[in-house]
Amino acid sequence: MRVKVLLFAFLRDRSGCEEVSLEVPRGTRVAELPGKIFPQDGLRPDDWGRIRYAVNLEYVASDRGLRDGDEVALIPPVAGG
Amino acid sequence: MVEITDRPIPVTRWRAELSDPSCGAVVVFEGVVRDHHAGKKVVKLSYECYKPMALKVLAGIREEALGRWKVERLLIVHRIGDIPIGEAAVLVAAASAHRKEAFEAAAWAMDEIKREAPIWKHETYADGTSLWVEDHCVGGVAHEQAIRA
Repeated sequence: MRVKVLLFAFLRDRSGCEEVSLEVPRGTRVAELPGKIFPQDGLRPDDWGRIRYAVNLEYVASDRGLRDGDEVALIPPVAGG
Repeated sequence: MVEITDRPIPVTRWRAELSDPSCGAVVVFEGVVRDHHAGKKVVKLSYECYKPMALKVLAGIREEALGRWKVERLLIVHRIGDIPIGEAAVLVAAASAHRKEAFEAAAWAMDEIKREAPIWKHETYADGTSLWVEDHCVGGVAHEQAIRA
């Protein structure tokens, strides 16, 4: 199945793109996506723990299973206001 | 009313929208771009957001505040893009019959925006460095930490 992943702020800077389309096996969880997008040394473990996940515009738990066509956003620490 | 704009926030116009004969209190909070962060001089500041989700989160914050406090009107406006020093990045305004509700609702909404809205701030400093800022402001205690970009 295919999902769209959106990247923001420092994650976009590191990956060099705003959006990635990924083919993932059924049963994949959102927290597995950073490992597929970033090379092993591209993101420190500290940074991974800070990332939140949103699916179809709602925050979700990191163990949320993906469905075909989901729009996933990797949300680095926010700083509005 | 909730809005995200890439233009200057017309604070005076929004203030006029809050007028309500039943309200004896109007609290207007402007978050303004300042020229320093963690001891460094800021020369450029830019916000970006995940707009469809940010609008949804801001609308949810507004709805929850209206449910928790006896507030007649509540307005949240966030500006994105490059914002000059001294201009407003965010406007939160509340109108209520008495002042306590408007103060509390506006303060809570502002804290929630900082915690939940998918909005990011990129600062460039006078020494040529730049970074994505991480802000946490919970219960009035500010803790700011920077992530190396």
